[in-house]
Amino acid sequence: MVAYIVRRSVMLIPILLLISLVSFAIIELPPGDWVTYQIENLRASGIELNEDEAERLVKMYGFDQPAWKRYIRWMRGILFKFNFGWSFQWGKTVNELLGERLPLTLLVSISALIVSWIIAIPIGIYSATHQYSVLDYIFTFFGFLGLTIPTFLLAMVLAWYIFKLTEFAPLGLFSIEYMDEPMSMEKFIDMLKHLVLPLIIIGLNGTGALIRVMRGNLLDELKKQYVITARAKGVNEMQLLFKYPVRMSMNPVISTIGWILPGIFSGEVLVSLVLGLQTTGPLLLRAVLAQDMFLAGSIVMILSVLTVLGTLLSDILLAALDPRIRYSAAAAR
Amino acid sequence: MTASTEVFEEVLVADQAEQDDRFYYASQWSLIWWRFRRHRVAIVSTILLLLLYLLAVLPGFFSPYLPSTRFESYQEAPPVRLHWMDKSPEGGGFIGPHYYGYEKTLNKETFKYEFAPILDNPIKLRLFAPGPEYTIVGDWTSTVHFFGTDVEEPPPFMLFGADRLGRDLLSRTLYGARISLSIGLIGVALSLILGVILGGISGYFGGLVDEVIQRLIDFLISIPQIPLWMALSAALPRDWPVLKTYFAITIILSILGWTGLARVVRGKLLSLREEDYAMAAKAAGTGESRIIFKHLLPGFTSHLIVTVTLAVPTMILAETALSFLGLGIQPPAVSWGTLLQDAQDIVAIAQHPHQLIPAAWVMAAVLLFNNVGDGLRDAADPYSDH
Repeated sequence: MVAYIVRRSVMLIPILLLISLVSFAIIELPPGDWVTYQIENLRASGIELNEDEAERLVKMYGFDQPAWKRYIRWMRGILFKFNFGWSFQWGKTVNELLGERLPLTLLVSISALIVSWIIAIPIGIYSATHQYSVLDYIFTFFGFLGLTIPTFLLAMVLAWYIFKLTEFAPLGLFSIEYMDEPMSMEKFIDMLKHLVLPLIIIGLNGTGALIRVMRGNLLDELKKQYVITARAKGVNEMQLLFKYPVRMSMNPVISTIGWILPGIFSGEVLVSLVLGLQTTGPLLLRAVLAQDMFLAGSIVMILSVLTVLGTLLSDILLAALDPRIRYSAAAAR
Repeated sequence: MTASTEVFEEVLVADQAEQDDRFYYASQWSLIWWRFRRHRVAIVSTILLLLLYLLAVLPGFFSPYLPSTRFESYQEAPPVRLHWMDKSPEGGGFIGPHYYGYEKTLNKETFKYEFAPILDNPIKLRLFAPGPEYTIVGDWTSTVHFFGTDVEEPPPFMLFGADRLGRDLLSRTLYGARISLSIGLIGVALSLILGVILGGISGYFGGLVDEVIQRLIDFLISIPQIPLWMALSAALPRDWPVLKTYFAITIILSILGWTGLARVVRGKLLSLREEDYAMAAKAAGTGESRIIFKHLLPGFTSHLIVTVTLAVPTMILAETALSFLGLGIQPPAVSWGTLLQDAQDIVAIAQHPHQLIPAAWVMAAVLLFNNVGDGLRDAADPYSDH
């Protein structure tokens, strides 16, 4: 098991390297650098910068060096000092900004993942055990909708509809009256009320896919001989279902984290923008619009790294749950 | 009675044999078509999708106004209703399609403008009526519109209502369809080229190249796309002409969009390479490239078409999302995404729900493509379970 974890983690290194390169490319991509832009801005507004000062600024941010040197400088800052750089737009360090926003991003994304499981697994079990029933068709239809309907459009439509029906605007994390209050039970409940809609919407895309996977796997398992044997022995149907086939068909569901997680992070960015949640999503948009590229590049990098780590975790979890994967991995060596 | 049933049954049996013959002699594509035809939802979706593209190809003809025409004092006017029965006080009965102009009043309580139809003056509509001049392609212009009225200086007929600047939302949605629907096709075409080349190289050469390309695909699939798309489009200068931005966006979309296609190409190449007929061709001394293009490629073209069909809606959505965020197509150019920018504020939508109409169009396009893709997927392998 330890060997498996180590091997999987080592395989991660080239991917992490690639992510850092792509993120740095993003930082470098916009034509012209921020300092030249800023100097021009200052000149346009009448503040005369002399050549020395301009040069000092360029040097200070390292824009006089070749790209690979700047990349190493940036990476060294991250790896050894945990310093992602400077946000020109906010006049703060990127760390500080991310520290404010990242917890909520994580909270929303992970909860959305859990919500999609809580919804999808029982539905998948029901659909498989009641194949071709009316509810099965209804669930399959909604799963299809969840897979196809774009999250941010759904967020817009649902938020409008809820507002129209109940006068409750599901925007932001707190209602206005609780905005400056200290944390209390009422405020917490208010927060939960605001979180329900984004969690369901973000989770929905994954839910549709998960229902399909769970239903398909369980149907395959239910046809197997051990199920028939158990049934012939007279094992209670519920016990039989949950003790073996459900457990077996859960494994592929866990491995879907790898491809659901990118979708959840993507969806989170858009839904947070529509619903006004102060996560990294709106921060990224503002950074991108202002060409505040250290911030934008860092957010892309962190979201990507988190996704990859999530995939790693799901692989390890899967190996822990399913001995066949451990053994085949050991055998492959 | 018995005799007639016997004859009838004989005919049936003969029919069955004929059917079987028809099945065995049919080409792969007719088999796919027969199977696809059985999929009702997919057939209906295909027809609707073709209609949608017809609208997108000729937005000038189908929309009553130009997308940039502003009707002052009609800002955020709700959709105008189409009537068939005369609603005027003295009238009544059927007078054909017509509508009524709006009267704008200020509600003294809420201080909002309210629009009410003036019922004593029905304005009749007819097909192929003259309207503002629009260009079809290049210098080819026309003034004939799908529908319109002969009344001099009529009040605007805005079936989807007006936007914040008093522009006709129907016309804008149709003009937006042109960009949004075509960007999906062009983006997928680019992805297809990338996917076939890279997937082909990967499946054909194998070894180290294969390993590198596979890891690249794994990498691209494992990172969240929207943030990356957002960051990439940040590099596009905001003052570029529309066409340049348009192509830049398609390129950005296909940079991440080719992976699925490459996987299909590689997977199918690898498995078909082991088939007996590929082996036979090789034994007969056929060259590698002939084997690939003549023997293997036709074997999975149908699967490629399925993947392509299912990739188009993803592209359309990505463009909509980017333009919605202000990172894609820039106003005054119109796409569904830029139209939805007006619908960002939920409180504003609550007052003018018609601003959400473009969202319904996006969802419809996405659903239709998915239905067609689903039908094609079932039909793509006509030799299974027969």
